[in-house]
Amino acid sequence: MNFKEFLKNNIVYLDGGMGTLLQSEGLAPGEHPERWNITHPDVITKIHKDYFDAGSNVVCTNTFGANSLKFDDNELENIVMAAIFNAKNAARQSASKSEKFIALDIGPSGKLLKPLGDLDFEDAVSVFAKTVSLGVKYGADLIIIETMNDSYETKAALLAAKENSDLPVIVSNAYGEDGKLMTGASPAAMVALLEGMGIDALGANCSLGPRQLRGVALELIENASVPVILKPNAGLPKSVDGKTVFDVTANDFADEVAALIKKGVRVVGGCCGTTPEYIKALTDKTNDYSPVPLSDKNLTVVSSYTHAVKFGDSPILIGERINPTGKKRFKQALIENDIDYILTEGVNQQEKGVHILDVNVGLPDIDEVQTLKTAVCELQAIINLPLQIDTADITAMETALRRYNGKAMINSVNGKADNMAAVFPLVKKYGGLVVALTLDESGIPETADGRFQIAEKILATAREYGIDKKDIIFDTLAMTISAETHAALATLESLRKIKTELGCHTSLGVSNVSFGLPNRDAINGTFFALALENGLSAAIMNPYSSEIRKTYYTYKALKGLDENCADYIRNTDSFTIAPTASTTPAAKKTAEEYSSELQHAVVKGFKEKAGEITKALLSTIPPLEIVNNEIIPALNTVGIGFEKKTVYLPQLLMSAEAAKSAFEVIKSSMAGSENKSSKGTFIIATVYGDIHDIGKNIVKLLLENYGFNVVDLGKDVPPETVVQKVIKLHAPLVGLSALMTTTVPAMEETIKLIKAKAPWCKTVVGGAVLTQDYADKIGADKYAHDAMETVRYAEEIMSGGNAK
Amino acid sequence: MNSVILNKTYPAPPFCEKEILRYAGCKSTDNETHKLLADCINEAQDKLTYKVCYRELPVTVKGDICDFGTFKAQSQSLSKNLENCDCVILFGATVGVGIDRLIAKYGRISPARALMLQAIGAERIEALCDAFCEDIQNTLGIGLKPRFSPGYGDLPLDTQKDIFALLDCSKRIGLTLNSSLLMSPSKSVTAVIGLTNKKENATTNKCALCDKKDCTFRGAL
Repeated sequence: MNFKEFLKNNIVYLDGGMGTLLQSEGLAPGEHPERWNITHPDVITKIHKDYFDAGSNVVCTNTFGANSLKFDDNELENIVMAAIFNAKNAARQSASKSEKFIALDIGPSGKLLKPLGDLDFEDAVSVFAKTVSLGVKYGADLIIIETMNDSYETKAALLAAKENSDLPVIVSNAYGEDGKLMTGASPAAMVALLEGMGIDALGANCSLGPRQLRGVALELIENASVPVILKPNAGLPKSVDGKTVFDVTANDFADEVAALIKKGVRVVGGCCGTTPEYIKALTDKTNDYSPVPLSDKNLTVVSSYTHAVKFGDSPILIGERINPTGKKRFKQALIENDIDYILTEGVNQQEKGVHILDVNVGLPDIDEVQTLKTAVCELQAIINLPLQIDTADITAMETALRRYNGKAMINSVNGKADNMAAVFPLVKKYGGLVVALTLDESGIPETADGRFQIAEKILATAREYGIDKKDIIFDTLAMTISAETHAALATLESLRKIKTELGCHTSLGVSNVSFGLPNRDAINGTFFALALENGLSAAIMNPYSSEIRKTYYTYKALKGLDENCADYIRNTDSFTIAPTASTTPAAKKTAEEYSSELQHAVVKGFKEKAGEITKALLSTIPPLEIVNNEIIPALNTVGIGFEKKTVYLPQLLMSAEAAKSAFEVIKSSMAGSENKSSKGTFIIATVYGDIHDIGKNIVKLLLENYGFNVVDLGKDVPPETVVQKVIKLHAPLVGLSALMTTTVPAMEETIKLIKAKAPWCKTVVGGAVLTQDYADKIGADKYAHDAMETVRYAEEIMSGGNAK
Repeated sequence: MNSVILNKTYPAPPFCEKEILRYAGCKSTDNETHKLLADCINEAQDKLTYKVCYRELPVTVKGDICDFGTFKAQSQSLSKNLENCDCVILFGATVGVGIDRLIAKYGRISPARALMLQAIGAERIEALCDAFCEDIQNTLGIGLKPRFSPGYGDLPLDTQKDIFALLDCSKRIGLTLNSSLLMSPSKSVTAVIGLTNKKENATTNKCALCDKKDCTFRGAL
C-alpha cells in the first residue's frame, strides 16, 4: 500500500525521539548526529528497528539537520543515502506486521529567513531542494518537514518538496507555550498556508508535552480538512545527575495522546525524550481505535504570517489604497521607488481596521514584477495583515505569490479561457483565494443571468485544476450608475444568485458604482449596504470613507454580528462628523516661545498637528515660503539644540518626523508638478552583511528634512550595488553604516570600490563600532559621530566645500 | 558533570525606564519623550518573550586559553574573568522576533519610535539576562562571575560559532547566527558565566568592566 492510501483510512503511528537516544549512546555535545548514519549505522538501524517493533508505521530518517548549509554536497549525499539505507534495513529486520514507511526527515535550516535573519527565501528553497532530491534518489516513501518554528521557512521547504518530488509531504510545526510559532503564526494560519499548497497532513511536534500541545491540536483539528499530526515531547526536560530526564512517563504520554486521537488527531508519534517504550505504550493503548473520519471544513480563508482571516457572515474589508490609479502622489512614489510611502499607506489602513490589504503597483513605465515583489516583501516585513496580490501581469503574480508568507488573496482571474489557463496553475501551486471576475471573451454581460453563467463556467474550469469552490470568490463587477441606470441592480442580483445558488463567497470594488457623480461617498455607503444585504462577503474599499465605515459598523450591529454593539460603540467616532474644530490651537499660547504655531509643532514633535497646520497654511502661503520661513527655522532650532546637547536624539527625531509630515503635505500638493529643489543626491546604505539599519534610517530622515534627495539602498547592500548606483546617478556623496566589527571590512571594500570606480564621490561613515581612527584606516573621507554631523558635512560638500 | 541543555521561560521583568532612556541617548526628558516611551512600552510588551537555553561546562584556564572541553577560546580578558573557576554556565537568551518586527516597522515610518523600541529591546534583553543570572545564583547557591559575551574585551566574535554548536539555540529558543556573526533575533545575548565559591555580585557595574571609556552609553560608575 502506498502512504497516501494508508493515511486515508488509518491512524498512522510515527516514531519517537532520536537525539536523546543518540546522546545516551555517546553522541558528543556539538557533534552532528547526521554523521552517525555513516559512522554508527548499527546504532541508527537499531533505533529505527525498535520503533518499527513498537508499532511505528513511519520512521523518520536521521537527517534532521542534513542540509547543504551544514555539509558539503558529497558528504550530504553520503549522509542521506546512508540514512535511508539504515531505515530500510530496519524495516526489513523488524518482524512487525504493520505497514512500514520511510520518511525523509527535513528539519529547519538553523537560519532565520530575511528580513529577520540573513537567509534569502530562494536560497532556503535551494537548500531544502538538495536534500529532497537526494531523498527521492535513494527511495524515501514520503517527506516529513518537521519542528519548523517559522511559517516562511516552512513554505520554502514545502515548495522545495513539491518542486523536486511527487512524494507525499507532511508538515509538522513547533508551537510555543503561547500556541503560536516563534515567528508568530497561529495554527489556523498554518492550516491555511499548508492546505493551500496541497499538503497531505499537517500538525505539531516538539517544544512541549502532549498536555501543553492540546490546545494547538484542537485548533488544528477544528480548521484542517487533512489529517492532523501530533508528535509531542515527553514533557519538559529536567537535569537529574547530569542526565536529561523528561517529566511525562510513557503511560501518561499514551493516555494524553490517545485522548487527542479520539478528538480527531490521526497521525501520532513522539519527539524529544520519547523512546520506543512510549510508542509501544501508545500503540498498545490505541490499537482498537478507529480514526475519526476526515471532514472538509469548507473554509474560505486567507492568511498572513500571524493569523487567518475567514470569510463568513461578518463582512471582510479590503483596503484599496495601495494602488496608483487616480493618485498622483502614489504614482510619484512608485516612480521614485519610495517604498516607505507605500508602507505608510499600509500601516494607516491597518489602523483604520481593514482585514486585508490590496496591493497594486501597476504603472506603464515601471518594472511591475520587481516592484510588486518588493512591495509584498516590504509590506509583510512590517504589517501582519493578509495581502491581496492585485495584478494583471502573470509573471508579477507568480513572483509575488511565491514570496508571500501565507495564503494570499489573488486579484484576479476571469472567465476568459487563456486567463484561467494562466492563473489557475498558480493558485494550485502556491495556494490562494482567487477573486473571479464575471466577465469573459464577450465582455461583461449586462444581465445577472449572464454573469451567473460565467461564474458557473469559472467554477467548472477551476475544478479541472483541482481548485475547490471555497478558494474562488466572485466579483460581479460594480459599474457606474451614471452611465447605465440599472447597472447596480444587475451587480446586486448576480451577487445574490451566486451566493444562494452556487454557495460561493463574493467581493466587490464598491466605489466604482459612483464614478462620475458628486458626493460619491454617499452613494458608495448605500450601495455597500445593499450589497451586504444581497450576500456580499468582502468589499475592496477606501478605509478613510466615513460612509463605508458607517455602513460596516451599523450593518454588523444590526445583523447580530457585533456582541453588545461593542465594535460599533468603539468605532462610532470614526464616522461621526465632528463639529468643525477651531483652527486656533487649544493649547496655551506659545507665541512668545515660538514664532509660529507650525514651528511650535515641529519643535515639539507633534506629527499630526504639523501636517494639519501645513495643510491650512497652504491655502494662503506658497509652499516654498512655508518651507523656508517655518519648517527650516524650526528644524534649525532643534538641530542646534542637539549639537549643544540640550536636545537629545528622541526629541530630535520626533521633530524631524513632524517636519517630514509637514513636507509630505507640501509634496502631495505639488505632486505631478516638476519642482525639484533638491540640494543634491545622497546615496545611503547599510553595508553588506549588516542588517541593522536604524542609524541609517535616522540619518536619512534628517537629510531629507534638510532638502537632500536621499537614495536609500537599504541594508545588507553589496559593494557593487552601491558603486553602480553612484555611477548611474553621478552622486557626489555616499553614506555607509555598519554596526559590527565583522561588517566593517565590507565597508572598507565598498569605499575602495567607490574610490576606484567613482573617484569624484565622497564617503561618510557612521555606526556603533566606528571611530575616527577606524574611519581613517578604511579610507573614508569623513567619520560622522551622529546624524547632525552627517547633515552638516553633506551641506559642506554640496556647497562645494571639501573639508575633512 | 552536567551536560544537559535546559530551557527556561521567564515572566517579564519590570521595565526600567531610566535604563531605556539611557540606551535611547536621552539625558533629560520632556513630556513628549515620556509619552513616546510609554506608548512604545505599551506596544512592545505583549510582543516580547523571555527565553533562555543553557548548559554547564567544565573549564580549565591556562594563560590566556580557556579550555571548555569541546572548544577553546583564546582571550586574556576572559581568562581573567574566569580566574579560579572550574565550571561555567553557557547560555543563550532572546526576547524574540516581535521587537525586531516593531523596530523594522517604525524604522520605515517613524525613526523616533524605532529608536525608543530599540532602547526598550536593549533594556529587555539585559533585564532577562539579569533575571536568569539571579535565578541561577539562587538555584545553585554559589557565586557567579559577571557574564561574558563574545566581543567583550579580546574574546573573538568567532566564539559565537562554538557557543551555538553547543546550545542548539535555534531549535531551543529560536535564536540563530548569521554569517556575519550577528544574531537573529537581534535582541539576544550569548555568554559564559563563571561559577565561583566566592560571593561576587554578577549583575551590577557591568560598564566598569568595559575598556571603551568614551562610550556614549557608559552608565554611571
